[in-house]
Amino acid sequence: SRQQALASLASIEEPMDLIRVSLDEIVHVKMRNERELRGRLHAFDSHLNMVLGDVEETVTTLEIDEETYEEVYKATKRTVPMLFVRGDGVILVSPIGSSQAA
Amino acid sequence: LFYSFFKTLVGKDVVVELKNDLSICGTLQSVDQYLNINLNDISVTDPNKYPHMMSMKNCFIRGSVVRYVQLPADECDTVELQNAARKEAMQSKSVAATASAAAAGGGGGGGGTGGHGGAH
Repeated sequence: SRQQALASLASIEEPMDLIRVSLDEIVHVKMRNERELRGRLHAFDSHLNMVLGDVEETVTTLEIDEETYEEVYKATKRTVPMLFVRGDGVILVSPIGSSQAA
Repeated sequence: LFYSFFKTLVGKDVVVELKNDLSICGTLQSVDQYLNINLNDISVTDPNKYPHMMSMKNCFIRGSVVRYVQLPADECDTVELQNAARKEAMQSKSVAATASAAAAGGGGGGGGTGGHGGAH
């Protein structure tokens, strides 16, 4: 309990605290299947279910040109005004400075 | 948290995107604690990513197969969402703290009695 008291004084940042600090900030979310999201974090829970606002999704696919056999990485983007994301697809969440330009 | 959030969206139109890339637009009829979804009056949204289910008007979607739910932005109070998430994060942190405190207290009591026996 002494450790507990020290922790609450220093407000030790556990992983969930670091996400909590990012509420109302723009975050970068990496998901399974080569997907990335970039949007404003409005809500999250311990499963990492999230609600993101003004979110841009990037899906990265590898396409091979049949003639040249060249490998091309293709990125497909789309934007959604408000999106619920199920936590079981999330790999990582990272803050981006909200003043950062695209 | 999200169970309550979805309950406030019952009756609204949403687009559910599944993990198999299917997208279904419909009216949210009901939701449960697992975030399973009942959708009414299903219609086409993404042309290619939509399966031909012309026979179906209503469907039950298991929560675990959902990838995204596209929501109407004007139905979501972002400030309230953020406050609720902050509260939920603090609550789960205090629950974890009291659980670890209880575990530590139990371990300390057991170690103390063991030490006494050793000294004698």
